[in-house]
Amino acid sequence: MSVSVFAFYLFSAGAIAGGLFTVLSRQPVHSVLWLILAFISSAGLFVLLGAEFVAMLLVIVYVGAVMVLFLFVVMMLDVDFAELKAEMARYMPLALLIGLVILMQFVMAYGAWDANAAAEGLRAQVISADRHNTEALGVILYDQYFLLFQLAGLILLVAMIGAIVLTLRHRTNIKRQDILAQMYRDPAKAMELRDVKPGQGL
Amino acid sequence: MEELLREYLPILVFLVVAVGLGLVLILAAVVLAVRNPDPEKVSAYECGFNAFDDARMKFDVRFYLVAILFIIFDLEIAFLFPWAVGFKDMSDAGFWSMMVFLAVLTVGFAYEWKKGALEWE
Repeated sequence: MSVSVFAFYLFSAGAIAGGLFTVLSRQPVHSVLWLILAFISSAGLFVLLGAEFVAMLLVIVYVGAVMVLFLFVVMMLDVDFAELKAEMARYMPLALLIGLVILMQFVMAYGAWDANAAAEGLRAQVISADRHNTEALGVILYDQYFLLFQLAGLILLVAMIGAIVLTLRHRTNIKRQDILAQMYRDPAKAMELRDVKPGQGL
Repeated sequence: MEELLREYLPILVFLVVAVGLGLVLILAAVVLAVRNPDPEKVSAYECGFNAFDDARMKFDVRFYLVAILFIIFDLEIAFLFPWAVGFKDMSDAGFWSMMVFLAVLTVGFAYEWKKGALEWE
């Protein structure tokens, strides 16, 4: 068994186990940790496919940032497990029905799947072998997919503004830093000595 | 392709060793360690008094805002990487598309700075 085959089975088992325990584990935080395992394993599978940049992106963006967000969501929700179980029992028949429908669709789709003989030939390597993965992606993405790239930028802008509009609440009656005011503060005027006469206030 | 995977071999070896070492340490603790729990030992340590509440308390939503802003700029950096690597063979359109992208996100950055979302109060 060559090393790449070993790595493929290792990462596949990791991805499947991660996905399975994400669904099965009782603690939401444990689910998130299993999901991290699934993402890291899929990053390994991407490396095996030769898609280095996508693999690194998966690690940086999904494992590094999105999972942190998921952990925050899990910690922000006030999860009541007993209530959750009762809800789950109520919706179980519907969930089973949906699962059955999806399963039947898969069976139908794969039962009728008939690959064209020419398809195998079309499955060429997208990038030439002498070129680095990330470099090829860069040359294609910003030039040929100009519009989609700009749309991605606009979506990020909308996400940024949306997050600020939805969550930012400025509290009043709170001391904030005002750097200019703090720098130009005159120490001589900061304190004043008052002569308080006995029996009287200020 | 094989060349590429060969470059990743040290990482695979490192990964296997790291996972193996972790498993060995955890299993050794399970097998070897003396376990003798009682209610006081397994309860949460709270500096002398009984725990007030569950550990699962609600977070402030402002942490979420920081995390989501982090993700957005993380993605911006991720888009910059292939651009920088492929800069040598890039057309003018590629160069200016990134400039427009950065300008759009700079507008968002200015908005968020002006709104005070970067301040912690």
